[in-house]
Amino acid sequence: MIRYALKMLMGDRARYLGILVGVAFASLLITQQGAVFVGLMERTYSFVSDTPAPDLWVVDPDLEHHADSKPMLKQELYRVRGVEGVAWAVPMFKSFTKLRLPDGRRCGCIVIGVDDETLIGAPASISGGSGADLRLADAVLVDEADVSGKLGLTGNLAAALGGRTRLSVGDVLELNDHRAVVAGTFKIQPSFFWDPVIYTTFTRAVSYSPSERKELSFILVKAAPGTDLGALAERIHAATGLKAYTEQGFKRLTAMYILQKTGILINFGIAVALGFIVGTVVAGQTFYNFTMENLKYFGALKALGTSNRQLVRMVLAQAGVVGVLGYGLGVGAASLFGAVLGGTALAFSLPWQLLGISGGAIIVICLLAAALSMRRVLMLEPGIVFRG
Amino acid sequence: MSTVPAQSPRTHSSSDRATAVHCRGVTKNYGTGNSTVRALRGIDLDVYEGELLMLVGPSGCGKTTLISVIAGVLDRDEGECSVFGKDFSALSSWERTRFRGETIGFVFQSFNLIPTLTIAENVSVPLLLNGVDRKAALQRAKEMLSVVGLGDRVNDTPNRLSGGQQQRVAISRALVHNPRLVVCDEPTSALDHETGHKVMELLRGVAMSGNRALVVVTHDNRIFDFADRIAHMDDGQVDKIVGSAKELYGPNMSAQQA
Ligand SMILES: Nc1ncnc2c1ncn2[C@@H]1O[C@H](COP(=O)(O)OP(=O)(O)OP(=O)(O)O)[C@@H](O)[C@H]1O
Ligand SMILES: [Mg+2]
Repeated sequence: MIRYALKMLMGDRARYLGILVGVAFASLLITQQGAVFVGLMERTYSFVSDTPAPDLWVVDPDLEHHADSKPMLKQELYRVRGVEGVAWAVPMFKSFTKLRLPDGRRCGCIVIGVDDETLIGAPASISGGSGADLRLADAVLVDEADVSGKLGLTGNLAAALGGRTRLSVGDVLELNDHRAVVAGTFKIQPSFFWDPVIYTTFTRAVSYSPSERKELSFILVKAAPGTDLGALAERIHAATGLKAYTEQGFKRLTAMYILQKTGILINFGIAVALGFIVGTVVAGQTFYNFTMENLKYFGALKALGTSNRQLVRMVLAQAGVVGVLGYGLGVGAASLFGAVLGGTALAFSLPWQLLGISGGAIIVICLLAAALSMRRVLMLEPGIVFRG
Repeated sequence: MSTVPAQSPRTHSSSDRATAVHCRGVTKNYGTGNSTVRALRGIDLDVYEGELLMLVGPSGCGKTTLISVIAGVLDRDEGECSVFGKDFSALSSWERTRFRGETIGFVFQSFNLIPTLTIAENVSVPLLLNGVDRKAALQRAKEMLSVVGLGDRVNDTPNRLSGGQQQRVAISRALVHNPRLVVCDEPTSALDHETGHKVMELLRGVAMSGNRALVVVTHDNRIFDFADRIAHMDDGQVDKIVGSAKELYGPNMSAQQA
């Protein structure tokens, strides 16, 4: 009878497609909006992801997110190094600075200074030039994504250089009136923040900034092998009063800040809720219409001896099939969307958890849609079969 | 075409046949309060195995209500009613559904064939409901359709068939699982006269082989000759049971009198 129930559903092309479209739409909207949301969230902490694997980030206890500026005293580095279980600790400096490009254009930029000796904290993926080139005089690294965009050459200079618009190794910048030479480029993930990012050594980064008493933005800590990170973070806090985060914890701190301080969650929440509601209404309404249209056949089946249990199974099978197909179509369309726009400025990330969430939402939609219909079928008096 | 059916109408007394349907004092009201409709007001009726009983009477007299009660798709208010000794109101809803599925075949005025299934699939439904596996059910459905002359149309959907053909499919569905009682509500009223006559011939010929009981509700006095007995209803009661239409309306009955 299940097979016949499905034939009944699919034989009614228009309604079948209507229900499918409703479910697929909901699935698409929930998955796609969810993926853009997750993608954006990942970008908010891309700086943390891009910094090669320290075990702990030690920061000022009042720091609210990674882009927040609450520098610490240089001495804190030595105190952290003294905590039991710390294998090594290196400083990192991050500040916002004025940048003057070779063609005279000016903009703001983020300068990140990594440990002069070890260069720990510099991006892992360095393309033009090498990380070691940072040790050359006045050397800085620029973002591969910016060399022909934000930091590209324009105007007379570009013309004088025979139309070269790419900023290249050897070009000279001015950072807060200090000379800086491009020594190479690095690749990092697209960020939620828009200012160009420039890496250099800690000492140079500090010298590019107006002088300040506190010049330590982060301390990157490597734990001794076999050390429990949670316990180490607590020891660091107890010894120094500073806060230590794992990579996950630091990402979460940033993401939660953005979620709480901006309307981003509500906006995406509304889009997802809208997909859910519209999908439920469209699928539920069409499914209900389908059932009503077939009510006399359900009545006949009931008279012929179909039990309520079998009828419930038939309706659930119908809802299940449109659920699975609609979900597949929606998720497929969302993935296609992601694949086509992948590598562009659009944020899109589809982790399996999100597939689970949209799958759960689709199950709820189908159950809601089926519930109304099921009620009608169960309440149906088989006696109606004899009525014209 | 109005040939007299092969088996001429006969009358039976309650003593020479087993009782298929037994009703005493059956009442049924629709609605409550001022708007109550007393559709059945004390029905006494027996239907015997091996007979075709027609239920006739003016519109609104309660014919459909009565066969709904007999077929167990509608609950009566008072009185006794049993089918092959079983009283529907004593059964649980599940037992009632099961008993109906095994024991009773249905033919409806508007056929009620599922339009998206082939006619073989439609006919196989009662078998599936009785636990026959799909392959065997389809096979038996096709055999049944051959009996009613539709062996070459088994894979068509109902809407490609004429009204008479659809009713033959419905009859196949009503009989395929060998139910002991078949109820038909106005099986010919959606059909033209000649087609109706053929459908009745088929019903009489195919359904009456074996010891089945048939209850046929009809307005159509041109098919009265197919009945073994005719029960006439008026105002919620059976007021006459006769052996032929002539006894009901006299020798010069006209179409209007039914
Ligand atoms: N579901 C219902 N609710 C209220 N009244 C009903 C309902 N079904 C039937 N009736 C009323 O009960 C009475 C008997 O109806 P029923 O359908 O049994 O008559 P019938 O003899 O089959 O009529 P017809 O020949 O027109 O089919 C009628 O007065 C009808 O209006
Ligand atoms: Mg009627």
